[in-house]
Amino acid sequence: MSPLDAPVKRGGAGDGLPVLGAALARLDGVAKLEGSARFALDQPVEGLAHAVLLRATIAAGRVTRIDAAAAEAAPGVLAVLTPDNTAPLAAASSWTGAPPAQPQYRPLDAEIFHHGQQIAAVVAETLEQAQEAARLILVDYEAVPAITGLDDPRAGDGDPIDMLSKSWGDAAAALDKAAVRLTLEYRTPREFNMPIEPHGLIAQWDGEELTLWEPSQWLDGMARTYAEWFGLRFDQVRIVSPYIGGGFGSKALALPHGAVAAMAARQLGRPVKLALTRSQTFTGLGGRPATRQVLEIGATAGGRLLAIRQRGWNETSMNAVSVEPLGSVTGLMYALPNFDSRQNVVPVHTVQPGAKRAPGENPSAFGLESAIDELAHAVGQDPLALRLLNDAEHDHSSGKPWSTRKLREALAAGAVAFGWDRRDPMPRSMRDGHLLIGWGMAAGTYPVRRTAGEALVGILADGSVEVASSTADMGTGAHTILAQTAAEALGLPVERVQVRLGDSRLPRAPVTGGSQMAGLMTGAVHKAALAAREVLIGLALSDPRSPLRGTGANTLRLEGGMLVAPDGTAYDVSAVLKATGRERVEALRDTLAENRLKPEDHYRNFTTVSTMRAPTDGDYSMHSWCAHFVEVAVDEALQTIRLRRVVSAFDSGRLYNPKLAASQWKGGIVMGIGQALLEEGLVDHRHARLMNDNLGDYLLPTNADIPEIEVIDVGEPDPHASALGGKAVGELGIVGVAPAIANALFHATGKRLRSLPLTGQRLAEAG
Amino acid sequence: MMDFSYARPADLAAAGAALAAGGMALGGGTGLLDLAKLGVARPVAVVDLTRLPGLDAIQVSETEARIGALVKMSRLAAHPAMRAALPAVGQALLASASPQIRNMATIGGNLLQRTRCAYFRDAAVGSCNRRNPGSGCAAVGGVTRGHALLGVSPHCIATHPGDLAVALVAFDAVVETWSPNGQRLLSVHDFFLLPGATPGQEFALAPGEIVTGLRIPLAPVARQARYVKLRDRASYEFAAASLAAGMSLGVDGRIADLRLALGGVATIPWRARSVEAALIGEHPTPAAIAAAAALAMREAEPQPDNRHKLALVPALIERTLTDMVGEPA
Ligand SMILES: Cc1cc2nc3c(=O)[nH]c(=O)nc-3n(C[C@H](O)[C@H](O)[C@H](O)COP(=O)(O)OP(=O)(O)OC[C@H]3O[C@@H](n4cnc5c(N)ncnc54)[C@H](O)[C@@H]3O)c2cc1C
Repeated sequence: MSPLDAPVKRGGAGDGLPVLGAALARLDGVAKLEGSARFALDQPVEGLAHAVLLRATIAAGRVTRIDAAAAEAAPGVLAVLTPDNTAPLAAASSWTGAPPAQPQYRPLDAEIFHHGQQIAAVVAETLEQAQEAARLILVDYEAVPAITGLDDPRAGDGDPIDMLSKSWGDAAAALDKAAVRLTLEYRTPREFNMPIEPHGLIAQWDGEELTLWEPSQWLDGMARTYAEWFGLRFDQVRIVSPYIGGGFGSKALALPHGAVAAMAARQLGRPVKLALTRSQTFTGLGGRPATRQVLEIGATAGGRLLAIRQRGWNETSMNAVSVEPLGSVTGLMYALPNFDSRQNVVPVHTVQPGAKRAPGENPSAFGLESAIDELAHAVGQDPLALRLLNDAEHDHSSGKPWSTRKLREALAAGAVAFGWDRRDPMPRSMRDGHLLIGWGMAAGTYPVRRTAGEALVGILADGSVEVASSTADMGTGAHTILAQTAAEALGLPVERVQVRLGDSRLPRAPVTGGSQMAGLMTGAVHKAALAAREVLIGLALSDPRSPLRGTGANTLRLEGGMLVAPDGTAYDVSAVLKATGRERVEALRDTLAENRLKPEDHYRNFTTVSTMRAPTDGDYSMHSWCAHFVEVAVDEALQTIRLRRVVSAFDSGRLYNPKLAASQWKGGIVMGIGQALLEEGLVDHRHARLMNDNLGDYLLPTNADIPEIEVIDVGEPDPHASALGGKAVGELGIVGVAPAIANALFHATGKRLRSLPLTGQRLAEAG
Repeated sequence: MMDFSYARPADLAAAGAALAAGGMALGGGTGLLDLAKLGVARPVAVVDLTRLPGLDAIQVSETEARIGALVKMSRLAAHPAMRAALPAVGQALLASASPQIRNMATIGGNLLQRTRCAYFRDAAVGSCNRRNPGSGCAAVGGVTRGHALLGVSPHCIATHPGDLAVALVAFDAVVETWSPNGQRLLSVHDFFLLPGATPGQEFALAPGEIVTGLRIPLAPVARQARYVKLRDRASYEFAAASLAAGMSLGVDGRIADLRLALGGVATIPWRARSVEAALIGEHPTPAAIAAAAALAMREAEPQPDNRHKLALVPALIERTLTDMVGEPA
């Protein structure tokens, strides 16, 4: 049977389930459409003062003097914070829990590591007063030459990150013997997360209690950082983050501007609001660092992979090590007997890079999946067939079996829906008038990460149910799937469930990142809901006032809001609670034990990533998989590249809500299209400064750039990956999009572009 | 942002007085407010022109279109008679900015929009001859993908960003202005000033002079004119290169009239007269078109980042004219 004949699974992996698995629209959708959803920065707070940041106009050197006299005298100004007049904070441990390298942290520092670094803050009665006063500050610098990026000769080769070194077999020997050998270099530029909701916060002190209204993908982790900075106990910090207007990885950590706002609020004894401007969103935090990777691939003349040797480099800031692991997908995707991967980080004068959707997997797949296409062309094979030929029956990096891997199914389903068999393999062979048409494909993967979660589920006397956790809903649908989970466990309609999230006073949750939230939080909510049901049934059976006690039953079912005895006697949940004099029953549960953790690991589990489990922790190697098929239309003379259609198939395990999963996949594809064709931080190499620090010049795709996208679900529940069978969704969709487009561009034009973005200019320059 | 005063005069005389006293004119504000937020414009007094009477009419006759300065971009783009008489205008407008901006922005303000040069738009950059005469040009040697190749001077390489103005230059529009000295009619060719040694002087307007409207002669060549805009992003981006083109053929099949103007590649909306001259009176054969199109960038002075436009612009002209020959009106 050819792979294209493989049966295509129709419908969702959640088919057949009444509540969990239903394609419900987002419960928070209406509030957002109406504008009634209140985001963190919308919080009305009495007596608010407004802070703005002043940024360095050099990229390297020192601030020698700040003259703030005029600013201090300006109307409405309450304070000007500078490196000279602010005391250092205590340094916080890292997100992994590693203790700080230095004891102190200066969010306003005279030493300059990058252009746009915050060096002072003005606090005033109004935002406009603060902005105007900030203009009056005079700054003297002592500048030194800056290292502007990976291509700067002074940047050198950087520092090896041994943790990322991977090897098995003997790649060097296998490459020497390989009949086909390719050496290929791929690059990705500095990319930025650019959520529409700005980063920022309102900080308010009440004695030694600090409250922060701040969008957060990780309330507990950020609360820990603030607590350590200001010498507070964890429970003295409260973060409230009702909704998040996009983060894509950039809102998981407390950032320097947050420290400044909290410092200012403490100094003034007044709540302070600080929101980054759009331009500051490019300099106040980093996105994906620029990367470069060289892949040496050895294969048989028939296209069977023999070895890959990889060398990778990513830029980092001068004062912190951030890694974008370029080898994360390289050795995983295919049957690869010999592998050797190393990576360096190269310090340059830029803001500390952060995490942008699928950090590591994304640029890693751009290299590998472009290279596989190049190999297919070199050996004269169809790129889909070459991938199937090299399919991995197990994970060669860990030696473990896959938990589930529906990559073959994704490739087959995508190919059929796309019509891949009608592709003429010759580059430049397909045309439509002036346009060259190209069909390209690539695979993608994202690991299943797991951390223990915690949730409280309460059943109330009015028959409603409350779910509570500090986890964040980034618009991805946490409110919705957690309501579905509780409703499913309790046999209730979803409308009865009220989900409260985004407040660090609620039961704990780990980072909403690494695409782990849905899997771990549905598990925690499910467990707490079943426990709450047991409490309720216990009460109904044993409380002398319970109307069900007389049935003599030793068990009850909970169905449609009714407690039902085996003899058919049924009472409304609210009737039972009222009769027994209860307002509610509830259960708080965590999943530490399931993750082989002890109660004393509780704090560490939720405030660091030190307990996050690798996809190979356990007996299996666990990953989500996907395959993208794209069509591009290229007008060579007019240097224009447009996408015409995208068909992608996904294995994310069980889908708790197919509609929301499809939205996430599509969102990842859209972001991948932007990455492939448009996004690039443009640096002026004379000054190490970013020139396109706004959304007019840093191009994100518009609706007009996005063609029809068809997504197909080929997953099935994975019992090893999570309590309820789901695997990673959120970051999967972007992985493999850029190489699929690059491959299509090659097919259209016969020109191979190995640097993102794939612009008409680069195409023209490729000759 | 600094405090500023705000006035909304009810007639031209009052507006003129407010502007003469140092006020800055406000149309839809999509450009001025943007620059004020960046600290590049520092208005002390803002004079809102949008309540001035009689400046929001669109009149299209057989021979001429008259457009008031306060007409919104979106309204002009949708005007049926205008679309029929000179389709390039509507096409240029619809390829500009976003629907929200077009609903706010006025035609007067659109003509007077400032360059998108990132070095101009960052008040912290010291060297910008346009903002700060005599201070130098930080763009030369910097990130110059979007900078001009035509009409540049050693003092400034900033690109004129507008789309509508390109169509106006192709079709010889006339700008109407008013100042306390009276009304003035000014050819659009004289309206936009080359940077030369004085890049700070972008428009041939006296201080306080108000743009009141446009007059566009409706030559037969206008009827089948078109506007083609190229860019990386399919929408909501300034032009990498654009072309307003109109062509009419005589009974002998030769080109009788030809109008070509370029956007996105020059310091002002750029009339490609050498290409026009090479083709007028000729048969529009592929060879003739290609040879003439190649002249468009002969005078170009590229930067390291924008050399790809040396080929792009002739290709755009060639393609557009070939299409027009193939699909006569
Ligand atoms: C994100 C973005 C994208 C854009 N993309 C494009 C694009 O693709 N193509 C394009 O062509 N344009 C584009 N624009 C520019 C846009 O078209 C202009 O901002 C708009 O046309 C200006 O009109 P306005 O009425 O808002 O002008 P205002 O901002 O009110 O004024 C602009 C200038 O003209 C002066 N002024 C206004 N009216 C008069 C008058 N009657 N007499 C004398 N002086 C006057 C003002 O003092 C000011 O200096 C874009 C703008 C933005 C913000």
